[in-house]
Amino acid sequence: MWKLLKIELYKIFKRPRTYIAFGAIAAIVFLIQIALKFDGKAYVDLLMNNLKDSFEFSEVFKEDLLNGYLICFVILNTLLIQMPLLVALIAGDSIAGEANMGTLRLSLTKPISRVEYMLTKFAASVIYTIALLIWMAILALFGSMLIFGTNDIVILRSEGVEQIQSFDVMWRYVAAFGYAAVALTTIAALAFLLSVFAENSIGPIIATMSIVIVCTILSEMNIPIYDRTIKPWLFTSHMVAWKGFFYVKATEEGVTIDGSVENLSAIFRSLMILVGYTVLFVTSAIWVFKKKDILS
Amino acid sequence: MKQFIFLCVFIVSGLSLSAQSAEEVVQQVKAKLDKVNDYQATARMKTNVVFIKAPVATVNVYFKKPNKLRIRNEKGISFIPKGSVNVNLGNIFTNTGAYDIIDVGKENGLRIIKLLPRDENADVVLATLYVDEKTMLVKKSKTTTKENGTYELEMTYGKYAAYGLADKVIFTFNTKEYKLPKGITLDYDNGSSKEAEENKLKNKKGKVELTYTNYELNKGVPDSVFQ
Repeated sequence: MWKLLKIELYKIFKRPRTYIAFGAIAAIVFLIQIALKFDGKAYVDLLMNNLKDSFEFSEVFKEDLLNGYLICFVILNTLLIQMPLLVALIAGDSIAGEANMGTLRLSLTKPISRVEYMLTKFAASVIYTIALLIWMAILALFGSMLIFGTNDIVILRSEGVEQIQSFDVMWRYVAAFGYAAVALTTIAALAFLLSVFAENSIGPIIATMSIVIVCTILSEMNIPIYDRTIKPWLFTSHMVAWKGFFYVKATEEGVTIDGSVENLSAIFRSLMILVGYTVLFVTSAIWVFKKKDILS
Repeated sequence: MKQFIFLCVFIVSGLSLSAQSAEEVVQQVKAKLDKVNDYQATARMKTNVVFIKAPVATVNVYFKKPNKLRIRNEKGISFIPKGSVNVNLGNIFTNTGAYDIIDVGKENGLRIIKLLPRDENADVVLATLYVDEKTMLVKKSKTTTKENGTYELEMTYGKYAAYGLADKVIFTFNTKEYKLPKGITLDYDNGSSKEAEENKLKNKKGKVELTYTNYELNKGVPDSVFQ
């Protein structure tokens, strides 16, 4: 199976289009970093517009606020919405691409079970997803730390502001990237499932993105009937749970408690829902593939 | 008879002591504050605003006559409330001649004095001082401004009392409602918000507590600090 995985990884990383995703991430990250480096104070003014009547924001404050940790948070907030497309590019292609090229039947002539074949394909997609996230972490986190330096991070929520001291931030990013890996694996699993039904890779990629877009819109809409019924079970509602690591507990006087997470059990619940979806998608994909009559 | 005269003199002198005019009290408080031309102080700052979670910060407080004040966190970020210049009473005592001084009486052993600006265009609309006449220190003050509402100061004094500088200052200020659309913040709903949170967000008062650890008095503070 390890040999098969190496072959699959070779196939993924040999294709030039695999690197489109890495290039796209680099471009977006650099563009955001350049924009915030040269016009960051205007961005801070926009962010702090709601607070400017109550607080003073000096130039020094704005410079301190625009540190590498905040920039990385802004990038993650922006990119993790676009990342599903980049993940779907590979995962959606994994089975459908073989079918399109007419190599699927040939691949299955090897002495391996269909389950092993599917698990290997999915594992390769997950490794690609993790590689993409590591690339993003290098550029968005370490790159921003290098360009902007480090300081306390200030997180703006719709109902309040959270400030975390700089020494208490790094482990949160490690946890957040770990969580994002699970979230994007769910997307990979969805694209992988849809890939089983198609004969070319465009279909599963577009279908994955359509599902993600519709579910994201539903997740962000504040309509009570959806809040109570659909939203808690949409995987897109739980994909943003990485932010939960940046929501801290505070004392009654509003003093943040270092090393705390506001609602760790909610993050764990979200994680379990995503893992559940991933297992469901992958199991369904294997089940369908096992029963499928391979003609191409 | 001598005893009677002595008693009368004692009572009259006592009355005259306790019956210092409000102007005199203000001048005596001002005399203490006037000893300080500038200072640099280190303080622990605790911010208590309903919609902000912030750590306790170590800040430097810089003051220079007549009314320049800057609070800076050299090692992190601190939300400094508008009107923080009022953390120092110098803002009011710089030119006491610009105010009509009204004696309101006493409350809990503190002399209450109101200062009304003579200039109609002044930002300060009314300042109320609660002065401990024994020590001639302002224990509490309320300043109402045109621009930023009412500020309150509560002060506890220690080893710098001779200069009218507090060891601990609780600065209360008005906060405006805070709300950002969820479409912008893309919040993760971890179930910890809802109604209780919403009630917190309405216009309320915020508090900043400054506990001073040391002052460096009259050693000069460059103007660049205040820019």
